[in-house]
Amino acid sequence: MSNRVIKTLKRFAAVALFAPALAMAAGAVLHLDKAPVSTEPAALQSGAKIFVNYCMNCHNASFARYNTLTQIGLTEQEIRDNLMFTGERVGDLMKVSASPAEQKAWFGATPPDLTLIARQRASEFGSGADWLYTYLRQFYRDPNRPTGWNNVVFENVGMPHVLWELQGEQVAKVTNNADGTKSIALELAKPGKLSAQEYDKSVADLVSFLVWMGEPVAEKRKTIGIVVLIFLAGLFVLALALKKNYWKDIH
Amino acid sequence: MSVDQKMDSGRRQLLVATSAAGGVAVVATAVPFVASLTPSERAKAAGAPVEADISKLSPGEMMTVEWRGKPVWILRRTPEMLASLEKTDASVSDPESDKPMQPDYAKNKHRSINPEYLVTVGICTHLGCSPSDKFKVGAESGMGEDWAGGFLCPCHGSKFDLAGRVYSSMPAPDNLEIPPYKFLADTTILIGDDAKA
Amino acid sequence: MTTKSQELLNWIDERFPLTSTWKAHLSEYYAPKNFNFWYFFGSLALLVLVLQIVTGIFLVMHYKPDASLNASGIPVAFASVEYIMREVPGGWLIRYLHSTGASAFFVVVYLHMFRGLLYGSYRKPRELIWIFGTLIFLALMAEAFMGYLLPWGQMSFWGAQVIVNLFSAIPVIGPDLSLVIRGDFVVSDATLNRFFSFHVIAVPLVLIGLVLAHIVALHEVGSNNPDGVEIKKKKDANGIPLDGIPFHPYYSVKDIVGVVGFLIFFSAIVFFAPEGGGYFLEYNNFIPADPLKTPLHIAPVWYFTPFYSVLRAITYPLFGIDAKFWGVVGMGASVVVIAFLPWLDRSPVKSIRYKGGLFKAILAVFIVAFFILGYLGVLPPTPGRTLVAQICSVIYFGFFLAMPWYSKLDKCKPEPERVTFK
Repeated sequence: MSNRVIKTLKRFAAVALFAPALAMAAGAVLHLDKAPVSTEPAALQSGAKIFVNYCMNCHNASFARYNTLTQIGLTEQEIRDNLMFTGERVGDLMKVSASPAEQKAWFGATPPDLTLIARQRASEFGSGADWLYTYLRQFYRDPNRPTGWNNVVFENVGMPHVLWELQGEQVAKVTNNADGTKSIALELAKPGKLSAQEYDKSVADLVSFLVWMGEPVAEKRKTIGIVVLIFLAGLFVLALALKKNYWKDIH
Repeated sequence: MSVDQKMDSGRRQLLVATSAAGGVAVVATAVPFVASLTPSERAKAAGAPVEADISKLSPGEMMTVEWRGKPVWILRRTPEMLASLEKTDASVSDPESDKPMQPDYAKNKHRSINPEYLVTVGICTHLGCSPSDKFKVGAESGMGEDWAGGFLCPCHGSKFDLAGRVYSSMPAPDNLEIPPYKFLADTTILIGDDAKA
Repeated sequence: MTTKSQELLNWIDERFPLTSTWKAHLSEYYAPKNFNFWYFFGSLALLVLVLQIVTGIFLVMHYKPDASLNASGIPVAFASVEYIMREVPGGWLIRYLHSTGASAFFVVVYLHMFRGLLYGSYRKPRELIWIFGTLIFLALMAEAFMGYLLPWGQMSFWGAQVIVNLFSAIPVIGPDLSLVIRGDFVVSDATLNRFFSFHVIAVPLVLIGLVLAHIVALHEVGSNNPDGVEIKKKKDANGIPLDGIPFHPYYSVKDIVGVVGFLIFFSAIVFFAPEGGGYFLEYNNFIPADPLKTPLHIAPVWYFTPFYSVLRAITYPLFGIDAKFWGVVGMGASVVVIAFLPWLDRSPVKSIRYKGGLFKAILAVFIVAFFILGYLGVLPPTPGRTLVAQICSVIYFGFFLAMPWYSKLDKCKPEPERVTFK
C-alpha cells in the first residue's frame, strides 16, 4: 500500500535532516564560543554605549536611527546626552561623519556597515552572535600585520583591535598538529583596564546589542507569533468541527 | 449522490463561530498591510520638529523654514502691522479664529504666542498653493486703496491679512494654519512640537 | 433569500454568468468523496499564490530596484529592503510573509506534484492539466529566481551571475543570449530593473493565466482520486456521479481545515524562524551585493537544488560540445521530462494503491535520489559528491525514461469499481 511508501519517505526524511550536520563537519571548521546573548535593557544599553564609543568611530549602522534606541529603554534625552556626539538630530541614521569614499581613501577599504553584522555572520558553525563574541575576544599581537594585530577566527583581519585598552594585549602560541593543521592558543601578555570576566561581559553586551540591532523587531515578532498561533489553534478546532458536522452525511 | 443539506442548529452555530473567527483573522491580517501605508520612521524623522533662529529677523521681515516639506513663515510684525489687524477685523471671515486652524495658544487676535511673531504654514487653505507676501499698504501694493497689508494667493486670488486670516468671500474657506510651535529661547522657535518640557 | 436580493441576482445573471459559474465550479462541481490528505495542496497552492501577490503589491510600494550606492555606500535596492524591515510600519511582517511564502510555495507545489505522481493524476484524460501544471512549475521557478535578485545581497547577485552565465553555454547564440538577459557585461542595475519588471508584472500574469487554465481543464474532466477510478462512469438517475459530492460545501469546509493547518506551520516559521535556518533567507544575503567579491560558498535556494545538482553532475563533453552546455541541457531536461509523464506511464492502473511492488520500489528509489540531489545541491562539490550526484541523476532520468517498460511489467492489482475510503 501507499502507506509503505510513506513510511519509507518518513525514514528518508529523518536521515536527510541529519545529513547536513555530518557533511558540514568536513572542510574548514571554525570553533566558536557560545555567546551569552541577552535581551535585558541594561545589557543592551551598555552594549549601545560601547558600540557608539568604539565601533562608530569607523563603522556605520546606517539602517538604524538613534531614536530606535528608545526601544531598549533609553529616553530621547538620554540618547542625546550619552550616545550622540556631533549634534545630529535624534531621528537621524547612525552614521559616521566621514563618507564611504573618504574612508576608502584613508583605510584602503570602507569599513562594513554593522547594522546587520549579527545576521551576516551566522554560518553552519554557529550564530552570528557566536562568531562576533569569539572574534572580539581573539585578537592577538602580530608584528607582521600593518595594524600590529591579527585574529584567530578572522585571519589577517584589516581592523585593528579597537578594544585593546579594555582587554589588554594577547599573544599567540602556535602549535603545529600532526595532521598539518595549526592550533592557536592565546595568552594575556599585558592586562587591560578590565579583568577577563569584565571584558567578556562587555563583549557579551556589545554582541547582544548587535543582535538586537540586526532585527529590532525580533522580540515583538515572537510575542505576536504566540498570539497568532494560539488564535489559529482555536480556529483549527472550529474549522475541524464544522467540517465534521458537514461530513457526517457522507459515507 | 444527492445529499440533504439540512441546516441544524449545531451546524448554524459552528458556521457563525467559524465565520466570526475567520473574520477576525482577516481583519487582523489587514492591520500590518494598512499600517504599511502610514508614514514610515524615515518620513517621521524627516517630519521631526525644526528649530528656527529668529535673532537676525528685523521688524517687518519674514523668513521661511521648511517643516514636513511645507513652507512655514515666521513674520516679525511691526506695531503698525499689528495695528492693521484691528482694521481688517471687519472684513475677514473668521475674525475670532473660531475654526480650529490653530493650537489653542494661538487662538487670539494676533494668532500667535508672542504678538510680534506670526508663525504660520504658508499654504493656502483653498487648494494648496503658497501665497505671496503683499506687505505694502494702500495703492502702492497694487492691491487697491484700502489694502492693509497681507498675503495674496497667486492661484485663485484668495487674500489673507497679516495674521493669516482669510478675507470674506474668497475661494479659501479657512484662515492659514498655525503649526504647533514653542519658543525654546527668546530667539529660537521650535516648529512642530509644542509639548512642555 | 429575500426577493430583493433574488431580483438583484437575476438582474446580474441576465448579464453575467454568476450563478451558473458558481454552480459549475463550486456548488455543482462533483468531486470524488474520497480525497485524502494529499488533496489539500492544490487549494493551498492557490492560497500561497494570493498571499504572494498581495504581499508583493505592498512590497513594491516601498522597494526600489536601484543598484547605485546611497550616501552610506549601500546599494539603494538593498537599503530599501532594510527600510521595509525597519522603517515601514508592519513592513517586516509583509516581507517575511513574502520571503517565507516563496519557500512555502515550493513546498506546497512539490507535494501537489507528488500527489499527482502517487495517484496517476496525469493519466488520460488529464494530460493537459498536467502539462499546464508543469508550465506553472517552470513559471514559478523563473518567478522565484528573478525575485531572489531583488534584495541585491551577495547571494542574489552571485546566484544570478551563475545562472545567467549558464545560458552562455548554448553553442553559437549563448554568449549573446546571456548579454541580452543581463543587459550588461555583468549582472548590474540593468539586470536588476528588468528582473524586477518580470518578477512583478510579466511572470505573475503568465502564472495567473496558467493557473486559470489548470483549473478550467481540471473542472472540464473532473478530479482524479486516491483510487484512480473515474467517478463519472457511475452516475445516478440525475447524471450526478454516485461517488461525487458537491465541492461546495463539502470540500470548501474541508479545505478551510487544510488552510488553517497550513497557516499554523507557516506562521510558526514566519514568526519564530523566518530565516529558515539559513535556507529560506541565506545568511550571505544580509551582505550587500559586491561585484568584486564572491562569497566562499554559493548555493542556490533549497527549492532549486535538485535540478542544480543535475547540472553539476554532468562533467563530460559530448559531440565536441563542452560539459557546461550538457549540464544546462540536463538541468532543463530534468524539469521538462516531468511534462511527458502522461505518455511514459503505461500501467493499467492509475493509483499507487493498485500498482505492484516494482513500481513502488522504483518510486521509492526515485524519491531518495531526488532528496539526495537536493541535498548535494547546497554543498560545495567534491569528486565523491559529484559521483553520487551522477548516480542519482541517472536514477532521476531512469525513473522517467524507463517507465514505459517497467510500468507495463509491474504486477498490478485490479482497480475497484467504486472509490474506497481509507
